[in-house]
Amino acid sequence: MISRPITEDDLNAFVDQRLDPVRQAEVAAYLEAHPDVAERVSGYAAQRDDLRALLLPIADEPVPAALNVRHIAERQGRRSRLPWWAAAAAAVLIGFGGAGGWTLRGLSDPPAQGVASLGQEAADNYAVYSPDRLRPVELRAGAGTELADWIFTRLGRQVGVPNLEASGYRFMGGRVVATPHGPAALFMYDDDHGTRLVMLSRPMTVDRDVPMQPLSQPAASGFSWAAKGMGYSLVGPADAQALLHPIADEVRRQIGKGA
Amino acid sequence: MMIELLEPLIPVLRRYARSLLRDRTAADDLVQDCLERAIAHWNQRRVDGDTRRWVFTILHNLAMTELKRRSTRSPDIDVESAENWLSTPPSQEDGLHHRALLRALEALPEDQRAVILLVSIEDLSYADAARILDVPIGTVMSRLSRAREKLLKSIREMPAEPAGRSHLRRVK
Repeated sequence: MISRPITEDDLNAFVDQRLDPVRQAEVAAYLEAHPDVAERVSGYAAQRDDLRALLLPIADEPVPAALNVRHIAERQGRRSRLPWWAAAAAAVLIGFGGAGGWTLRGLSDPPAQGVASLGQEAADNYAVYSPDRLRPVELRAGAGTELADWIFTRLGRQVGVPNLEASGYRFMGGRVVATPHGPAALFMYDDDHGTRLVMLSRPMTVDRDVPMQPLSQPAASGFSWAAKGMGYSLVGPADAQALLHPIADEVRRQIGKGA
Repeated sequence: MMIELLEPLIPVLRRYARSLLRDRTAADDLVQDCLERAIAHWNQRRVDGDTRRWVFTILHNLAMTELKRRSTRSPDIDVESAENWLSTPPSQEDGLHHRALLRALEALPEDQRAVILLVSIEDLSYADAARILDVPIGTVMSRLSRAREKLLKSIREMPAEPAGRSHLRRVK
């Protein structure tokens, strides 16, 4: 009987004991016939044993108090389980504070607009729609030209859907959303781990052509820019700043090419 | 349910973080950060998914961010010497050999080191390691193969106490 050739993958799986018994026996027989390979494989096995002897005991150490999940969960629970009226009251107070501060700034300051405002709008929409399990997008990918037509009708502009497959993100779909500056197109993407990204795009009256800049919101990370009168903002989880930069570059590149 | 699933993972999460960062405090901070995120985003995990793999993915991404941040500052500055971050210092007779192995592990590129740790230490399947690292399984296999070859080579070539590195460390 001619068996399948032995591969490096087999040798590694042999060391890790991940082969089925038949293959394990085949590899063992091969090693018996090839002492040079057998020597290398036993070196791998010894190295694995040594590393395990050194590193496995770390998990036997007592867990420090700071890593008690019950405490962490309680802490988070207290934060999020405020009654709705307390949250509303806080929002009103913050609103007053903001308004008070605003009037003191004088009339020469323009209101928040431009790509800074766009980034805020993208972060807000990310916060609302990305955790949505029921209906994160209004129109799913694959619904034909319906989404593109809707966006064109409301924005008066075509917005191409960037393809982020190469970065590991699939297009989920999108919707038209409200901003203080009129309707905007929202596209959502996700990866195999369920991490979602949102791209928001709308026509700009201020900052019609500005280079890419990072978001200033702590709750999300991302980048905003504007080109030819359209603003774009790509946002994702708060810890994804480094990851998002190349993706934002890719989005900008595709849009520049007329995606 | 959430607590019952997360709690048993903490020791192994600490082990993976510490083996990657080689720094007790920084590793535990990372695990804490990871647990906070896992709890906050508990609803976002795939219902059919494996909790261990999901939490390891969070931790791995945090660790990579941390390592990148460090490498842009000054390399090696707060890495403890092997004896400090390990649970038990290498025994007398195996000491030199084990130290050489640890140095060889440290010298591996991060992506190869991560594969070795996930597969050889944490006993994750090749498929799970691929999901955690967000690469195809073939990439996991080739990284594993290269990492093992490099470790073997460097411990065979390495003198027991290479003057260069340990000397530099002591000077800092």
